[in-house]
Amino acid sequence: MSGITKEQVEHVADLARLNLSDEEAEKYTIQLNDILTFFEKLKDVDTTNVEPTSHVMPIYNVMREDENRPSVKREEALKNAPDHDEGHFKVPAVMEE
Amino acid sequence: MSIFDKKITELHNALEQKQVSVSELIDASFQRIKQTDDQLKAFLTLNEEQAKQKAKQLDEQGSLQGERGLLFGLPIAVKDNIVTEHVTTTAGSKMLENYDPIYNATVMDRICASESILIGKTNMDEFGMGGSTENSAFQVTVNPWNKEYVPGGSSGGSAAAVAARQAFFALGSDTGGSIRQPAAYCGVVGLKPTYGLVSRFGLISYASSLDTIGPITKNVEDAAYLLSVLAAHDPYDSTSADVDVPDYISALNGNVKGLKVGVPKELLGEGVDQEIKDKIQQALKTLEGMGAIVEEVSLPHTEYAVPTYYILGPSEASSNLARYDGVRFGMRSESGNDLIQMYKETRSQGFGAEVKRRIMLGTYALSSGYYDAYYKKAQQVRTLIKQDFDELFANYDVLIGPTTPTTAYKIGEKVADPLKMYLNDICTAPVNLAGIPAISVPCGLTNDGLPVGLQIMGKHFDESTVLRVAHAFEQQTDHHSARPQL
Repeated sequence: MSGITKEQVEHVADLARLNLSDEEAEKYTIQLNDILTFFEKLKDVDTTNVEPTSHVMPIYNVMREDENRPSVKREEALKNAPDHDEGHFKVPAVMEE
Repeated sequence: MSIFDKKITELHNALEQKQVSVSELIDASFQRIKQTDDQLKAFLTLNEEQAKQKAKQLDEQGSLQGERGLLFGLPIAVKDNIVTEHVTTTAGSKMLENYDPIYNATVMDRICASESILIGKTNMDEFGMGGSTENSAFQVTVNPWNKEYVPGGSSGGSAAAVAARQAFFALGSDTGGSIRQPAAYCGVVGLKPTYGLVSRFGLISYASSLDTIGPITKNVEDAAYLLSVLAAHDPYDSTSADVDVPDYISALNGNVKGLKVGVPKELLGEGVDQEIKDKIQQALKTLEGMGAIVEEVSLPHTEYAVPTYYILGPSEASSNLARYDGVRFGMRSESGNDLIQMYKETRSQGFGAEVKRRIMLGTYALSSGYYDAYYKKAQQVRTLIKQDFDELFANYDVLIGPTTPTTAYKIGEKVADPLKMYLNDICTAPVNLAGIPAISVPCGLTNDGLPVGLQIMGKHFDESTVLRVAHAFEQQTDHHSARPQL
């Protein structure tokens, strides 16, 4: 574990699909450094041979019968979309002309 | 006694004996909200027209379900991250400002089947991230006990609404303490159930392995009623537990004689205000006086709970919040000429500062090269925290401590210092990491007139004992009767 640089903050923001202003990048670098330094407490804990817990309940592979059943109607699925066209979600062009 | 101070059973009787009609209850609630919400700002959306229509139906037809539902005719306020069919649901975020859900969360289906009536959606920290309700994109809710102070978070709107008697009871959600902490700050009862007991289907996800839905009420008996409605297996939620649901109401027998209470010393250590420690000690004496056996115990990994929670929660959030991309629902930025820029502009404009901070923390913790140091390590420490609880619950019926290390703080006091805010979760976060149930009940007021919360924690799915102890304490004291003057 080590401190996070402004370049790393900008890289992480890019991975998370966030734009940061220069001022925001500066502010988050300071705050994330504080928080990550605090996280270093965990280095004190001996976790040799300790299994990670991802879920507190012993629930695995919950399956249902593979049967047809009613689903959301297309017009309902599109109802909250910012833009749609002919039954499809519409997004800005992906391919260049 | 004002009608707003009545318990669910008393309201049932009043309705049964026609001392009051459902429409009168609903009208009184909206009147109270209109009188007080300019000051409090607890509600984001009111459901007035639909609520009045349903009240009229119930008055005219009696029960719509044949036999009267457990919450027949009683108004409920619901945190705005629980989806409500055709009632705007924002999760406190600009991202979902105009979101009109096409379905109900399972808990809302159960609330409707119990014949309770939704009166409105309550303010919250954006996507449940925060401990003060200052991180809402829309407004800052204030504490009804002192309007310069925060109501706690993230279910601050629900807790303030119940404390101010705007709502008879409410729903909140709790990921690291978001039901119990605002309940403690506002002097009401907040119950976080065992993970998996109440369906999360239709709860707008923050951290899926930690999120729970639960009641915020004026007293413990009402919490038992509400939990009886909420708890059930749900095939729509793969993490829903298929367990028998006991009768929580009959568990409230007032008897704690011989019950073994452990008091983890780490929850009463440095960083906890002396006045809070004193109130907890008084509460323990009360329980001892009733025949409970109280002993000091240890949860040795408590100091690691906050960093563990703030690695796991944001990691899951960074994944859950990836769905807000401006394509299928929610806002979309007008700027951004290509797809990637549209995603970025949308997310940058739609999310607030705390949400962005946690998304970046989570993205960093999960990224290649850091995964083992942060995420895997936190999952391992979570195992140790859970083991600490398991070992104590082999010998003790409940564990007791404070809900929060301090009382409510001033609006604006901690908002610029996220780490300071995160440290406030020290008493509540271990419970979410272990998945156990816990309740916060009022245990007095400080010299400044701010409420203190007593936290009672129990074994997995043993809500009955948690409620029994909380109820017995409540019967022996009068703290829950104190109410703020507005």
